[in-house]
Amino acid sequence: MKLVVAIVRPDKLSEVLEALYRAEVRGLTLARVQGHGGETEHVETYRGTTVRMELSEKVRIEIGVSDHFVEPTVQAILGAARTGEVGDGKVFVLPVEKVYRIRTGEEDQSAVTPLFPTPEEP
Amino acid sequence: MNTPINGADTAWVLVSAALVLLMTPALGFFYGGLVRGKNALNTMMMSVSALGFVGLAWALVGYSLAFSTGSGFVGGLSRAALAGVGVEPQGTIPHILFMAYQGTFAIITAALISGAIAERMRFAAYLAFITLWSVLVYAPVAHWVWGGGFLSTLGALDFAGGTVVHINAAVAALVAAVMMGARKDYARQAILPHNVPFTLLGAGLLWFGWFGFNAGSALGANTIAALAFANTLLAPTGTLVVWTLLDLHRTRKVTAVGAATAIVVGLVAITPGAGLVSPISAIVIGAIAALPSYFGLLWRARTRLDDSLDVVAAHGLGGAVGALLTGVFAEKAWGSPVDGLMAGNVRQLGIQIVAILVVAAYSAVSSWALLRLIDVVVPLRVSKRDEGVGLDVSQHGEEAYVRGEGALLILRDALPRAEPSAAAAVSLDTAGGRS
Repeated sequence: MKLVVAIVRPDKLSEVLEALYRAEVRGLTLARVQGHGGETEHVETYRGTTVRMELSEKVRIEIGVSDHFVEPTVQAILGAARTGEVGDGKVFVLPVEKVYRIRTGEEDQSAVTPLFPTPEEP
Repeated sequence: MNTPINGADTAWVLVSAALVLLMTPALGFFYGGLVRGKNALNTMMMSVSALGFVGLAWALVGYSLAFSTGSGFVGGLSRAALAGVGVEPQGTIPHILFMAYQGTFAIITAALISGAIAERMRFAAYLAFITLWSVLVYAPVAHWVWGGGFLSTLGALDFAGGTVVHINAAVAALVAAVMMGARKDYARQAILPHNVPFTLLGAGLLWFGWFGFNAGSALGANTIAALAFANTLLAPTGTLVVWTLLDLHRTRKVTAVGAATAIVVGLVAITPGAGLVSPISAIVIGAIAALPSYFGLLWRARTRLDDSLDVVAAHGLGGAVGALLTGVFAEKAWGSPVDGLMAGNVRQLGIQIVAILVVAAYSAVSSWALLRLIDVVVPLRVSKRDEGVGLDVSQHGEEAYVRGEGALLILRDALPRAEPSAAAAVSLDTAGGRS
């Protein structure tokens, strides 16, 4: 199992989520963060105060996946989040020691395998 | 022009002018709440800047082209730069007050267009467009209807600006939306209003200001003003109730954005007939006006037409319904110079249709020509990258909801390059890549 951590531009988030959905990656955690990745800082002016915004708004996505899902997940993110300009973000792939699904107590592989419950009649 | 200045009339128009001026920042809140947070300031600035640019153009040439004597198609330049506009009577109020009151109309009419091109137009191009549009489109049309031009000779009824303001602006908005193209995210991802309370605040302030817009158009503290005031209260009640019922019927939920929209549609619809129809007719006009706008909005959202904040559905359809129904419900008994269809005057409805079509055609052609012209000098759209980042940062060098973390203060003496100015910020940002 791996933990895929991606940091992307907020205005690319919709495309990334769509690409992940198409790659059949289910189950992720998302946080709005601020960071700096070497992109050009922009200057803002409020009355007489001029400031250089060192930190940009970014979105961090965390996805726990089984090994054979690492490549599709990473490719989906790379394809959808890229603009070609500095500041597109990073994807990290980290080893994971243990995973538990809280609801069932399942561990590891079965804990990161999404369930596709058959729809029941209402 | 020999009537003396009347104190009561002057007092009411003074108040009305201030009320109408408030409508423009109110429109900024209305529109600003409907866009995404990264474009909130840009959208609100489109209204705020109109106060300066259109107001100035009005004083320099717009007023003269609209209200000085000229041909049936446009006024002359005899009142340019407010020449000869003093405290002498214009009707029963000082001439200078009449000029100021009419100026507040020019400002909001131009600002209305911004709803159709929100979240993608280069700000300099926008400023150029509304300034030139107010002089070359709004002023002549105001002359046709209110300044003694050919539509007033024809007998078109437009009490406070259904045709001059709302249809005129909505057609320009439609043309601009088509020429600019859709936002890059339009119909690809959900674009949601970032602050619906702002939109409700704007709708409330618009209604408040609209009493000055409609009742003030009587240009006096008199019975016509009282009728227009009551109708401005009553018509949106009809629209709001019908809209709510439609919402309930369709989704079982009464939406706040829908209510804010309904209020504006009702106000737009009663504008051309405010001082010409009975209060019951006003309610009927408001109620009927809900239908085309409600279904127009639903239909538009399924098309490729990115009239982002639905200027056409609210102001175009609402304005057209109001202008037509003015020709139906106008009554001499309530102070209208002529009767409408209900009182047996079929011809008036025809005149109303002609006025709508003429104004729509002129607005469409000249707005298109103006935008083409401006596009030669400065591209109408921002770059895709700037659109993604948001127009607050890319066009204004500011953010609506700034957190301030990670912001380094740039001290003047410690700065490697020259003056840190807004222009520098924009060029830095639009240059792309590392500087």
